[in-house]
Parts: sequence; structure tokens; C-alpha cells
Amino acid sequence: MADAVQIPDEAEVRARWGSFAFTPAVMEKAQTIIARYPAGRQASAVMGLLDLAQRQVGEETTTQGWLPVPVIEYVAAQLDMPYMRVYEVATFYTMYNMAPVGKFHVQVCGTTPCMLRGSDDVLAACKSKGLVKGGSTADGLFTLNEVECLGACANAPMVQINDDNFEDLTFDSTVALLDALAAGKPVKIGPQIDRQTSCPDGGATSLKEMATANHDYRGEWK
Amino acid sequence: MLADKDRIFTNLYGFQPWTLDAAKKRGCWDNTKKLLATGQDEIIEIIKASGLRGRGGAGFPTGMKWSFMPKAPTPERPNFLVINADESEPGSCKDREIIRHDPHRLIEGALIAGFAMRARAAYIYIRGEFIYEAKVLQAAVDEAYAAGLVGKNACKSGYDFDVFVHRGAGAYICGEETAMIESLEGKKGQPRLKPPFPAGAGLYGCPTTVNNVESIAVTPTILRRGADWFKSFGREGNAGTKLFQISGHVNTPCTVEESMSIPFKELIEKHAGGIRGGWDNLLAVIPGGSSVPLVPAAQIMDAPMDFDGLKALGSGLGTAAVIVMDKSTDIVRAISRLSYFYKHESCGQCTPCREGTGWMWRVMERLREGKADVSEIDTLFEVTKQVEGHTICALGDAAAWPIQGLIKHFRPEMERRIAEANGGQMLEAAE
Repeated sequence: MADAVQIPDEAEVRARWGSFAFTPAVMEKAQTIIARYPAGRQASAVMGLLDLAQRQVGEETTTQGWLPVPVIEYVAAQLDMPYMRVYEVATFYTMYNMAPVGKFHVQVCGTTPCMLRGSDDVLAACKSKGLVKGGSTADGLFTLNEVECLGACANAPMVQINDDNFEDLTFDSTVALLDALAAGKPVKIGPQIDRQTSCPDGGATSLKEMATANHDYRGEWK
Repeated sequence: MLADKDRIFTNLYGFQPWTLDAAKKRGCWDNTKKLLATGQDEIIEIIKASGLRGRGGAGFPTGMKWSFMPKAPTPERPNFLVINADESEPGSCKDREIIRHDPHRLIEGALIAGFAMRARAAYIYIRGEFIYEAKVLQAAVDEAYAAGLVGKNACKSGYDFDVFVHRGAGAYICGEETAMIESLEGKKGQPRLKPPFPAGAGLYGCPTTVNNVESIAVTPTILRRGADWFKSFGREGNAGTKLFQISGHVNTPCTVEESMSIPFKELIEKHAGGIRGGWDNLLAVIPGGSSVPLVPAAQIMDAPMDFDGLKALGSGLGTAAVIVMDKSTDIVRAISRLSYFYKHESCGQCTPCREGTGWMWRVMERLREGKADVSEIDTLFEVTKQVEGHTICALGDAAAWPIQGLIKHFRPEMERRIAEANGGQMLEAAE
């Protein structure tokens, strides 16, 4: 939390985002989220609405989006919350970007399980392509951040780019991935080696029948 | 080795679809109405008898936790079940597999557990970074609603029960139960003082139980196969099957369901392809996710992987996230990186943690390069003792323990680095 960036609230930010409002489609999603909580507890929807807002900002700017102050104010008004309560939430959680990011938000996991499996190489690969930790490339394509454990440790090292995980990386496969993204080519989500999710590389050590058919083991229960 | 027929999470690797149709063919939602007809108190008794202990790290008996909930909630003050899917403990990656590959086991478990504790609704708090997983889970919940399995008159049992998905947004601390409740209420995820405990006053001030995904997802199978079946795995007091997540320097890292109390060596040999470079190359293991102290190679080899077995080694089972380190590991850096993690994730509420985690990390970074005095190792140890137990939640403890484990087992290595950085006096003395 101490690493939080300074939040820009200059005249130009206000001029650009002062009239921000959810599109009808996003508003519908927002209403669905609010409906999950008891009446009068609409503040519970703040995380969901901030996420929707950030995504809409992203769509309008062809980036991964961020939360300008006027947008936070808009979300606060939607939920009948004081601005400061929403601001607190926006700055507390790491997934809300408090400054603009690029078209691809490259989040390299650097925590110990990934470190042991070579996250240094993944970061080096990013650097070799001109990405700088904590910043965006000049063309606005890539933003690089080192993040904390993303919960894919059996497939380390890994990176999350926008909404997708790319796992079991090496220096070379990271470079190939970034090249493909920059060129607008399709990429393979998940493990970058020939491996089924978190199944051991080389084949399952258990539940082998499941690989070929939806086996029902109940017949073997006694 | 655990037989396939005794594995609960049969679609662990996602070879088969997660959808309701496919899940039903694997045994999910099979006459759930009959399971509910067992009765609320009887379900709690069965879970108690099965010996299931919470799978989120602390290992508190699940059935007992459920029994703390009020037996006669009022409509103004309903009971809530909150399911902790904020899997963020470094090394842990099991809830992710349950959610993206077998979400119906979780949703069915939510209904059964919620019914037993007389809850009106379950909120599944899933970590924000699990974007694909949250989509799958929401789609599975929608399927369950459409099929009448949850919602009004769930499974035609006459019981109304809602299941909601709540996405987090990137904060490790929200895995702590009271921080999770704060976050669900739309606030910063800062833990609450206990008491009051959530079972007395939790979400929206109502009685609440927070359970881990795995604890909830195993309950339908326990009811179907009986408490004795579940209890037949693992040693006394450590019952059941468990998802182990093996990462680090093994030949084939993986997530796998095994019997509790399986010896470490057997677990690694059978499923993870052995240690990279052979067993002589093993340096140390963090057996339960980053918050537990490491165990040196010699001690872990034959240790049973369960709550009591690892506690006896001064460590813990935690979430059963096994982080393996071979002799190529810079062990001080490995632990220092964890210190950075805790510094990053401290919510900033309690001074010992907010200030201590940053201080400990900075000293660890100097020790990594040996740019310190030997006496600073003792100072660091003392500071970890000042942080431990002096904070509202256990994050302070979790930040302290890895460092304590390092100093306990690898102090000579830390001293060697200091000597080396100071001109290698130790080497000269040896000649």
C-alpha cells in the first residue's frame, strides 16, 4: 500500500472524465451486482462497480483502464457512498489502477514459488523487449509490474496479462509471447509447455481414466 | 497411494468439462434432497465425526465451527456462510482447480453447509486475479439456479438458499476471515478485533461462518460415503484426503489429492517426479505455504504430511502448499522475498506489522548480501518476536515465522555471508 502512486486530479483529467457514466450495458451489469446484497447494503457492490468502471475506462481508451478521480466520484454517487469511502477501497486493493496503464498489463509474479522456478528469467525477457518495471512502453502497448503470488504455483513461473494467465514460462517462451501480443497474433492461454493445467508434466499420476472419458468412480465405492 | 475411487476431486485437472451435465455424471448433485433430509444437526454431527479440519490453514474442526452458529436465526438477523476463495498464500493453488474444474462440488457443498448452519445465503469471496475462475464459478451458479438446485426451495427440499459470487480485487489480507467480512461490506480489508467472533457478529453484524473452499467442497462426498470412510485416511486427528500443491525444485510440480499423513518422500516420489538433481540435492521445504517456517531436508524426509506431524517439526501443514528448495537455492533470498510479500500485503492497521514487515525485509535484504553485523541476526530475531502475537490478525505472525525458521536452521549460512562480505575473515581463519 505504501507503494501507491500519486493520484492525478488535474484539470485535464476532470475535463476528460468529468462526464463519465456507465453505458447501458455496463449499468445492467452493475445492477446485477448490486442485487446480490441485502437492501441498504449496496456498499458491498463497490468492488464490483469499481472493476466495471475501470474496464469501461479501458474500453474507451483501448488500454486496461484506470480510475480517474471523477470516475471514483461517479461510482460513489451510484452507491450513495461518501467519496472518501470509495477512494479508500480504490487505493487499498492492488487491482485498481490509479494511473493509466497500457494495452497489455503484464503482471509478472515474483513471489518465492515463482522465483524458485525462474521468474527472474521472465522479468529479464520482459526487460529485453523494452518493458520497464512500474512503467509503460513509449508506444503505450505494454505496462510491466512485478506482483505478488497469483495462485498458480504448480505452474510457476507465470505471468498474468490482462485477464489471462500464461504459465510454465521460460525466457524464450516469454519473449515469444510478448512478440505475438505486440504483433496482434493469437496466443495460447495457460501452460506454455505441453501440459494439462496443474497435472504433472509428462502425464497424470492419478485419475488416468479421466483424461479420456468423464469417468464415474461411484461404481467402485463399496 | 490413495485409490482413484477414493479421490473427491475427480476432475482436478480439467480433462472433462466443468458444466452441470458433466458434473452430475461424476456424482455431483446426486439426490442432494436426501442428503439434506438427514437433518441440520445430524449433518453437523457427521462432519464432526468425520474429523474434517479446516483446509484453509488453521485446521480448526469444521463441524465444531458450524455448531457455533445460532440454531434459531431471525429474518432480521439471518445466518450467513462466507466461503473463502481468496487463495493468495504463496504456494497455494488448490481452490483454483476446484473452482475452474469442479465448481459444482463447491456449490453443492455450499448448500449443504449453509443448510446445516441454518444460513440464508452463501457468499463465495473469490480473489480478484482469478478472472477466468470467477467466470466459470458464476456460470456454474447460474446453471444451479436454472436447475432449481439453489435458490427458492433448493433441490425441492423446502429450504431457500442463495449463492452469490463476490470478486475481490487483489489483497492477500482479505483471506483473513474478519478482513474478508469487512471487504464484503464494501470497505478496506482490515481485520477486526475478536471477540466478537464472526459466529456472533460477522457479515452485516449477523452470525457468520467463514470456511475454506476445500472444506466446503468435500462435505457432499463425506455425507455420501460416511464419516468413517473419510476418517479412514490419515492419522488420528488428521483425517481425510487433502489437495497437496507441490511447487519449486521438483521434477514435475503439480496439484494432487492424496491421503493425509502421507510421508513427504512418498508424496514427492509418486507425484512430483522426485527432487531436481536427486534426494541428496534437497535443501529445505516450506511444507504449508509461505506462512509456516521451513524445515531442513533431513527432518522432512520421512515426516507425515499432516497437521500434527509438521507441528512437531516446528512448522505446519497450513494449506498443504509444499514449496521445495534444492541446494541451488539462495535460501536467504527465498525467505527475504517472502518478507517483501508480507511488507507488500500488510494492511497497515497495526503498528508492529506495518512498520515491522518493512523493517524485517530491509534487514533481510542486507543479510542476503552479508552487509550486516552478526549481532543483527539476533536483533532481527528479537524484532520478529516483537511482531509475533502483537497484532490483530495473524499476518504479523506469518511474517515473523519464515524468518525465525531461517535463523533457526540456516544461521551458519547467514554468518558465512557476513564474514565473506567483510573480507572473508572466516575463510582466512580456516587456513
